[in-house]
Parts: sequence; C-alpha cells; structure tokens
Amino acid sequence: MGRMGRAVAVIGTGQTKHGRRDDVSYPDLVREAIQAVFEDAGITIQDVDAIVYGSMPSMMEGVAFNHFYMADALRAVGKPLLRTETCGSTGQSIAQTGIYWVASGMADIVLVVGSEKQHEGDAQATMMTIPDKITLPMVGGAPVAFSMQSREWMGYFNIDEAKAREAAAIVSVDCHDGGLNNPLAHIQMKVTKEEVMNAKIITYPVRLLDVCPSSDGACAVLFASKDKARKICKKPAWVKGMGFRGEEYYTGDSNKAVWQSTIGAAQEAYKQAGITDPRKELDVAEIYNPFTYHELMFMECLGLCPPGEAPDYVIDGVFSPDGELPCNPSGGVLCTNCIGATGLIRLAEAARQVTGKAGPMQVEGAKLALSHAMGGLEQFNAVTIIGSKL
Amino acid sequence: MNKRNEKPRTLKSVLRIPYEMAQGPAWTHFFEGFKQKKILGTKCNECGRVLIPARPFCPRCFEPMEEWVEVAQEGTIVTWSYVNYTYFGVTADMIPQVPVTVKLDGTDCGWWGGLIGGFDVKNFDLVNKKVKVGGRIKAVWRDKVEGNMYDIDHWEIIK
Repeated sequence: MGRMGRAVAVIGTGQTKHGRRDDVSYPDLVREAIQAVFEDAGITIQDVDAIVYGSMPSMMEGVAFNHFYMADALRAVGKPLLRTETCGSTGQSIAQTGIYWVASGMADIVLVVGSEKQHEGDAQATMMTIPDKITLPMVGGAPVAFSMQSREWMGYFNIDEAKAREAAAIVSVDCHDGGLNNPLAHIQMKVTKEEVMNAKIITYPVRLLDVCPSSDGACAVLFASKDKARKICKKPAWVKGMGFRGEEYYTGDSNKAVWQSTIGAAQEAYKQAGITDPRKELDVAEIYNPFTYHELMFMECLGLCPPGEAPDYVIDGVFSPDGELPCNPSGGVLCTNCIGATGLIRLAEAARQVTGKAGPMQVEGAKLALSHAMGGLEQFNAVTIIGSKL
Repeated sequence: MNKRNEKPRTLKSVLRIPYEMAQGPAWTHFFEGFKQKKILGTKCNECGRVLIPARPFCPRCFEPMEEWVEVAQEGTIVTWSYVNYTYFGVTADMIPQVPVTVKLDGTDCGWWGGLIGGFDVKNFDLVNKKVKVGGRIKAVWRDKVEGNMYDIDHWEIIK
C-alpha cells in the first residue's frame, strides 16, 4: 500500500449527547453534531467542499439510504455527498473516505458524519440480517459472535479463565470510570471489579457489565488540507497514518484469535506514521471495545503487547488511566455505542487528546493517539493514527 | 427546544419483506448431501483446502471449487459460548443455548454449525465442565431431514 497523499488535518469535532434520544427526531439528532462541529472549528458550511456520511444498514432505523433523509441536517444541498458503510467499522471508514478526498487534492475541507439511533429499531434483529439466511441462518447477534471469538482466543492461547475474567473486569472498571469523566457518554456509573465478575452471564464469557449499551448519537469531524488548516485552525490535529483490512466472509476460514485484519490495519497505519514500538510511542488509544474481552484481543492484535499476554499487561495496569498507555479514557464503546458514529468518535477523541481539548478525560501531554474500529462478522478492521505534529 | 410543553411523540411501524434467495449449484448440492445425512465439502485444486459450507469458488485463490469431498461428521471444538439472553428470533424458551464452531476432520476451516446438545445445556456449570476448546463433538441429525441448515439437530460431546 502507498503513502498518504497530501497532509490531512482534523480541524474540528462535534458530538451529540449520547444515550436514549427519543426527545428528538433522527435528523434533529444529526443536526446537533453538525452544529457542534462548526462551532468547534469556527467555520461555516460555505467553507466545506464535500460531505461523507455513514450509518449501520437501513433496517436499523427503518429508513433506507438515510443520507437522503439526513441531507438537510448534513447541509449537503449543493455539495458532493458520499455514503460509506462497513458495519461496526463505518465510523473509521467514513473518516478514511474523507481523508482520501483531502489527501487526493480533490477537496480542501470535508465534513464527515456518522450516526445511529439504536432505540428506533431492533438493533440485534438488524445484525441478524448480516449473515446470509442460506448457510448461516442460526448465527446469533453481535454478543454471540464476539463472545465466541473471545473464547476462541482464550482457548488458542490457553489463557487461564480466571485471569482473563479479572483482566476483562479491570477493562470494564477503567472504561466506566472514563465514562464518568465524559459528559457525553451514554453510560455514566461506577462499577467494581466484583460487580463485573458476578454480573449475569449474557454470552459466556461475556457478562452484563462486559457489554456496550445500545445508544443514539452522532459525531461529526472536519478534515482539511494543510494550507486550509494552518489558516483556519490554531491547533489542528494531524492524520499520521491509516490502515483498513478485510477478511473472508466465513469466520471459520481463518484463525480469529490472531486476527489478521486488525494486525494488518495497524501495521499499515504504524508504517505510515513511522511508529515501530506502538506501546512506547503512543500516548493514548481509543480501541473499539463493545465487549471487554474483545478489547484484550485488540490490545494484542494492535501490537500493544505480545500475543496471548494482554490479561497480564492489563492486570499490571499498563493500559489503565495511570499506566504506560491509557486505553479508552472517554469510556470507550463500552459506555457509548451509536454504531455508525462509534469509530468516528474514537478518532474525534484521539484528536481532542492530542490537541489538549479532552477536558476531564485528558491524558497529560498526549501527542500521538490511536483510533480503531471493527466491523462485520469478525471481518473488517480499521486504524487511524492522529498526532499533534505534522 | 420544545417550548410548547408537548412530550415528543414516537411512531410505531413494522416492516415485513418476503425474499426468495437463489442457492446456486454449490449450496444446492451441499444441502442435497444433508438430505442423505452427509456433509459434503468442496476442495480447491489450487491451495488444496477443503471448506464447509461448500463453496462455488475458493475465497483466497478465486478458483472454482468443483471437487466434492465427503467429510467426517466428527470434529474438534474451535470455540463455543453460552447464550443467556433473548434477541430477535431467540425467545426465552430457547435459552440458555450453546452455539459451537467445529473443525470437522478432513476440513481446513472452522464451521459455526449450530448448537451443542444431548445433555442439560441450561446448566452452566455442567456446560463449562463438558464443553472445551479442543474437545470432540459429532453431528446428530434430525430424524426428518429437509436439506437445510436445521437438519443437524445438535452436536454431541464424544469422549
């Protein structure tokens, strides 16, 4: 794969309050994020050359091709508009679509927006339409798929069940603490390790407090070329590298404990960013963690620790708020999952971290941040590295 | 925003859309095998892998997979879970249930092929004792097979 084209900056981010948002219609919700991003960047729609939008499949909220439904809220009138969707990794894919646009020189400022309103439909029913009905009719919803992947990982590396359980509980406690620091997070509550470990089994090994919520919310990010960013923005964040990898349709066709699409996406992004030792060089990571056990796998596949050893590193506090590489100070997906926005929120939080704008979530002096998302039936992974320096 | 003190309303709506999906020659033959209680895989002549469900072409080599191989009905557990929540299509009377991915002998892939059964799978402690990654299971067919994915009633633990 090639190098980045032109340099690309993040010049603004905006998010809604996430949670159950039946106080507003779906376009109203998207408009909230659009207002927030323009306020943050201090520019207007006249400055924007193009728009990228994405969400989960149309069944999620019952309106097909909802970039039509959202066109007014997106301020897309008279602008080129692209839709990109890759299931859970949509938020990263729309960001990367916007980045391609600026990097290619075809646009100078691109507005990227992701959204979901999970309470409007039956999210798990929509997920059940992702596997085909002919050969995979009995494949379960997201918790089943990703719990099975987590169990595969534990089995493959012969990881002690109690040790993995403890590490996953620490991830949950850290994320929930992060959620309490994030005024926009859906879930805001204190949990203890014991509460996590003794919560009701949902899909073993995953228990209730290992699972993300179903959220309504939207996120918007403005990307700009170097020249525009320098003119408009006092302190832009910079896209340092990005990678995306896909896998075969059938999960069983490859080893999902050593997840090649995560590894490939991360290695590509690290190469572009000039990162050789990610745990040491990164200051903060926003990892797509709808399930705690899944985050353990990601820590390994993103190269943040050796394969099969994530539980040891987590128990040692390496990825906790005071550790070597704090993960998900925003509370992560575990506290907010408005799916089409979720991967973009990871990138927005990464940008806020490296520009010192993360408020109570701020990791002191953060300069280099990882954002990540995963999608499909264990099929897609995306990584984007954001830094404070060009 | 709402100055009129009206509680914002919601609208209930249901969508039902019928489909008729073509199964193509490969999946048609795969399920014809089920009607004889056989599991048929396809072999790639390029990379040599045998895959189930049967494939019309190799996902890696892109070559047609026209060589059919009957594979064993026993295999090794790649992973499993204990599902203890209800969701669309999985009602309270169906849980807890124990989905399993199995690597059948003679194949080169895992297969998320259904549920473990043959003992009290609602008892978690018993499940966690009997079902192991690396453990062995075999297919138990329904008495009346119809040529679809539900023909394998469950997977039974073998010693």
